[in-house]
Amino acid sequence: MSNKETSYQAYEKKLEPKRPVIKNCIKAFLVGGFVCVIGQLISTFYMYYFHFTEQTVGNPTVATLIFITMILTGIGVYDKIAQFAGAGTAIPVTGFGNAVISAAIEHRTEGFVQGVGGNMFKLAGSVIMFGVVSAFVVALIKTIILNWSGM
Amino acid sequence: MVFFWAFLVGGIICVIGQLLFDVAKLTPGHTLSILVVSGAILDGFGLYEPLIDLAGAGATVPITSFGNSLVHGALEEADKHGIIGVITGMFKMTSSGITAAIVFGFIGALLFKPKG
Repeated sequence: MSNKETSYQAYEKKLEPKRPVIKNCIKAFLVGGFVCVIGQLISTFYMYYFHFTEQTVGNPTVATLIFITMILTGIGVYDKIAQFAGAGTAIPVTGFGNAVISAAIEHRTEGFVQGVGGNMFKLAGSVIMFGVVSAFVVALIKTIILNWSGM
Repeated sequence: MVFFWAFLVGGIICVIGQLLFDVAKLTPGHTLSILVVSGAILDGFGLYEPLIDLAGAGATVPITSFGNSLVHGALEEADKHGIIGVITGMFKMTSSGITAAIVFGFIGALLFKPKG
């Protein structure tokens, strides 16, 4: 890198606004915690009325949260909450749902086949890919170790 | 009591995500990918299950549980059918998240118009 470039980057760094890290973390903690409490309320409801166990109740809870995300994204409220909360709404499964649903809504002008179908997993695809690949490796290693040591 | 732990654990996982955004300066895509991979690895060591027992939705709602459930489904099926189960059981426990995202994404695109 030339001298000019490095000095430009130093200049750029100086002008970059400082991120209020602690304030952001408190917001993320409160909103993220709140989302999880809502999730716990939904879980308790499913366990009480539909006889799910503590291990299986995650499944319908996630689906319900994604449904709520669809409504909030569609009416434009989700964006405002997300702007305030940062990671507080991005890290819970609502962030995953929002990534899929907002991409689907955004691309509907290009048609349902090329637009909605083709772009739905544009943002969330990386989560699924890294999740599946890492889970595959972990599960494979664990299965091999268990089979070798167990039998 | 589980509500308190759900709030605390869920909040802490979100703070980790916020620190990855702000301090490590990662994009949301990178952050979510890292958290999913950590969930998968934690479950490989059997450390995620105790967290779910303690915190309930505080551990199942953040995206880390997606990695955990993928590994869990794969291992459960591998227990019955051997190594091929790793492939066939992968989406066993995460089916609802993926299905809900696709179906509600489609319905959302039908119902709502993009803004701006």
